[in-house]
Amino acid sequence: MWAAHARTLFGDDPVRFDPRVKVVFPMIAENQRAFPVVIDARAIAGVVRMLLLVDLNPIPVAIDYRPVHAAPYVATRIKLDQRTPVRGAVQLASGAWLVSGGWVDAAGGGCSAPPVSRVKGDWAQHLGEMRGEAWPMAGGLARLRLHVRHPMDTGLVDNIATYHLEALRVKDAGGRMLGEMDIWAAVAEDPAITLMVEGGAGDAFTVEARDTNGRDYRALLPMARQSPMPGGR
Amino acid sequence: MILSRRSLLGGVAALGALASKPARAADYAIMPEPIGEGLWLVRGADAPIAADNGGAIANIAIIATPAGTLLWDCGPSIRYARALRQVAEQLTGKPVVRVYVSHLHPDHGLGLAAFDPAIVAALPGTIDALRAQGQGYADGMYRLLGDWMRGTDLVLPGRTIVAAEEAFGGRTLRLLALSGHSAADLALIDPQSGLLLGGDLVFHDRAPSTPTADLGTWRASLDRLKALPHGGVVPGHGPFDPGGRAAIDQTRDWIDWLDATLTQAVRDGIDMVEAGEIAIPGRFATMAAARYEVQRSVAHLYPALEAALLPRVDVRD
Ligand SMILES: [Zn+2]
Repeated sequence: MWAAHARTLFGDDPVRFDPRVKVVFPMIAENQRAFPVVIDARAIAGVVRMLLLVDLNPIPVAIDYRPVHAAPYVATRIKLDQRTPVRGAVQLASGAWLVSGGWVDAAGGGCSAPPVSRVKGDWAQHLGEMRGEAWPMAGGLARLRLHVRHPMDTGLVDNIATYHLEALRVKDAGGRMLGEMDIWAAVAEDPAITLMVEGGAGDAFTVEARDTNGRDYRALLPMARQSPMPGGR
Repeated sequence: MILSRRSLLGGVAALGALASKPARAADYAIMPEPIGEGLWLVRGADAPIAADNGGAIANIAIIATPAGTLLWDCGPSIRYARALRQVAEQLTGKPVVRVYVSHLHPDHGLGLAAFDPAIVAALPGTIDALRAQGQGYADGMYRLLGDWMRGTDLVLPGRTIVAAEEAFGGRTLRLLALSGHSAADLALIDPQSGLLLGGDLVFHDRAPSTPTADLGTWRASLDRLKALPHGGVVPGHGPFDPGGRAAIDQTRDWIDWLDATLTQAVRDGIDMVEAGEIAIPGRFATMAAARYEVQRSVAHLYPALEAALLPRVDVRD
């Protein structure tokens, strides 16, 4: 499985294990429909692309992120179908891939059961609602958190067709592209994404997203005013 | 270190070989300790549900009455519950005539399949919750515990608790219908021994679990338990509290800390993974499974906090 993914994703570019690609997740998959994962490659200079891979899921790629004017850091929540390796792969400008990750013990079901909003039937009223905020960090960066209401249907459940967010971009107030990503339905329903983009106090950020039906979504994230610095990593 | 794809694949396969094998069940060790007049405690392991403990992590109580033996919860599996009944009946010399299931969680009550449902009593909300969610919990226990669970089917309690007391040949027990750890949490006061059986409303030196919690109503239930006259407290998990205050206060302290900390984490822009790694105050150092339960609680509680606290930012053109 991994060999097949590797050939598709990495082509003939060299691939090596590198523990500086930190792939961090909780010790237990308490909710297989929304399992949080961080890929943090800030210890590596010159990262141009980051992949979040869930080897044994029916949909093995969750996110393909290009941090253009952003730190190589991405956090999100994924669906787990079974016990699987979860990996982060980062690409350097040379084309080389650095990979790390670990096993997640999920008992199964995440991708084969319908997500709750579909059961409740309320997703349509809330489709595209976005919540988020940005916080100033040290080093001219801003931490940006974004939630988008979206069913993220995998196409693998009953007769529900594939329907998910497929692209997301973050721009600064001047329209400069800070980071962009492709997204697959391996990302949990109502995607939650945390990034670290260039920016300072007083800045605002625009997020543009598009789903597989061609519907566009837009959000304006102001910087939190009096918020304390994030206590996170 | 440059690895070919082949050697990377080999590394993955080697990791796979460490996969946990299906559990082969040993026997449950059931050792009742006397803690009051005609009342024994069977301690659960202060650990997560795992193959090495067979899921026997909840505290169980045995009460002797002139009319027969009562059980407070009955463990995770039919195998546990059968062994428990044998030990209890040897201890008291009387058959089990009542099993109270304190709430829906499988470590406390899934073993009820070992009894005639007519003698198994639970709150109406517990029976409703078991009807809706019990099979999912049972499936999860089979996945985690394998052979320990063999023969354990979901069975619903046959008696709905509606009265505030129940008497057995002169020993009268007060039954308290509360909630907060789950939608329906039973607690019991035994005036003869003075003991309060708190179920999972009360934890002690073992971090509280929150998969079905409503922290606000949990607080109110703890306040109510604290105010009721009682002696020692049997928590759902962790050691007996002979003084009767420490376990309730500690559970309340943990819930307050958890609620405030996760709320602040969302306000500070912390992600779920980071929230699961947040520092646990030194005063909770005696609590087993603390990091494990913090990470579970983040999964249970964080999404609702984010939905409430992060501002709407979508722009409609
Ligand atoms: Zn419980």
